[in-house]
Amino acid sequence: MEARTRLSTLTRHVRDGQAGGMTTDLLTATETAISVRGLTKTYEEVRAVDDVDLEIHRGEVFALLGPNGAGKTTTVEILEGYRRRDAGAVSVLGADPEEAGAAWRARIGIVLQTAPSAEELTVTELLRHFATFYPRPRSVDEVIAAVGLQEKRRTRVRHLSGGQRRRLDVALGILGRPELLFLDEPTTGFDPEARREFWELIRALSGEGTTILLTTHYLDEAEQLADRVGVIARGRLVALDTPAALGGRDSSASVVRWREDGVPHEVSTTTPTRVVGEAAERFGGEVPDLTVTRETLEDTYLRLIGEQR
Amino acid sequence: MSPTTTVPATGLRPAGTSLARITASRVVVELKAFFREKDQVIWTFSFPAILMLIFGTVFDQDIGGGVSFPQYFLAGMVASGLVLVSFQNLAITIAMERDDGSLKRLAGTPMPRSAYFLGKIGLVLVTAAAQLVLLLAVAVLVFGVDLPSGADRWVTFAWVAVLGITAGTLCGIAYSSVPRSGKSASAVVTPVVLILQFISGVFFVYSQVPAWLQQVAALFPLKWLAQGMRSVFLPDSFAAEEVAGSWEHGRTAVVLALWAVAALVVCLRTFRWQRRDDR
Repeated sequence: MEARTRLSTLTRHVRDGQAGGMTTDLLTATETAISVRGLTKTYEEVRAVDDVDLEIHRGEVFALLGPNGAGKTTTVEILEGYRRRDAGAVSVLGADPEEAGAAWRARIGIVLQTAPSAEELTVTELLRHFATFYPRPRSVDEVIAAVGLQEKRRTRVRHLSGGQRRRLDVALGILGRPELLFLDEPTTGFDPEARREFWELIRALSGEGTTILLTTHYLDEAEQLADRVGVIARGRLVALDTPAALGGRDSSASVVRWREDGVPHEVSTTTPTRVVGEAAERFGGEVPDLTVTRETLEDTYLRLIGEQR
Repeated sequence: MSPTTTVPATGLRPAGTSLARITASRVVVELKAFFREKDQVIWTFSFPAILMLIFGTVFDQDIGGGVSFPQYFLAGMVASGLVLVSFQNLAITIAMERDDGSLKRLAGTPMPRSAYFLGKIGLVLVTAAAQLVLLLAVAVLVFGVDLPSGADRWVTFAWVAVLGITAGTLCGIAYSSVPRSGKSASAVVTPVVLILQFISGVFFVYSQVPAWLQQVAALFPLKWLAQGMRSVFLPDSFAAEEVAGSWEHGRTAVVLALWAVAALVVCLRTFRWQRRDDR
């Protein structure tokens, strides 16, 4: 309940802020936020990123999935301008991140994976300070409310818990009213309630037209938030689709299970309704222990990752 | 026209922000962070005054020529205090900021990179000034040291201090790349300062340091900074006690300036906003 109140504040704020600027920008700018062609990066003989092509549209929420060391962070950090690529063409908001300057940085927001810092500033002090970097920052109080840190606003950063610090990272990322927001494993260390609140925040930002690229280990997070999902394994993009259609999930076989003559039965079929109908006829009504399951996103993901080994 | 479409992708600074305002904000943030860290306040900021109190109390006798030990010691403490707040403080804190990702986070924002360094310079200037006031107050009020009265002495003080702080600041920023982690920063930085203090005539009368160690010390800035400060706080008769038999102001200026220029070149070529394993 409280989360919803906070969020509507931010949503309203975002809408107000964009009334004069971003809406027209979205209409006039290109439809592509991020364009990647043949991206390659090698560390000492290891191909961390291997010939990746990727197109992320304006206003899209895109989730990059993959095991640790698959090349997710390397890819994202090349897009953020932190790392240099060995080969390939990259355009982020119309600029090459390796060449782009402060004005470009004012249009993106970055939430990194970072080690805890022994920061002596309070939450409010740190946000006020970072707000001076941006031409049109959001209000510090509203950003604090949006990430649910009201009670900690006067607490020094070093005294925050891991999850609270992560919320502060997110607050710093959205403070500059970015057109494009990078989130590298944003909900690590969140409790389930905090994750739900965070999802609401992301939906609010997305609803106002912010393009979002997130990496995550949580498949439910990708399923909840992402318009499209990319799976990266051993540096290669192995699948790219909507969460519902990833890896042929939508057309893949379902598994129908039931109990007949005291023995568990299991049928893998592309026509589960017919199998259930036939069973119902045989039983003349309820089928004992009936379940119909479709491959979960996690099953699909593990299958896709497994195919790469 | 929307503000976002008029901003060029490669511009130096987004419209609507001001370097002066960002720099002022950085200085305030640096000062808050510094003075809220108790270890910093004791071991970097107050340490020269604490040493002054201890050494001045233990060795409270005249060393000849109408000069008390506290007066001689004051010159060394002023010099090493400047090294602590510039070189030691920056080398340790920047190494820690690099290691914990604070620098990387700043580099990902539109903050002009110059604002970061200007903020550090502001921090050094304010802490150096406050530390000097504290140290001089202890020297005068506790040990009755007479401060120099001639304007020429204070002119000397000003240029030696400015050159010393400049060299110390640039060396500190350059040296911050040496520690391999934030945890090891103190261990990698502090001994350098301690050893230089011992061989540069800060704790002992320089002319009593063995000749070969004097040769080593003369390669580094602290010896020249301490000598310059002796020329401010000691009577001219003490110039004869120096190894060269004079205060060597010209050479002091040249050595400190050379260190500053060399450190600047190293900074420009090697400064990193990310850990070395993170690129």
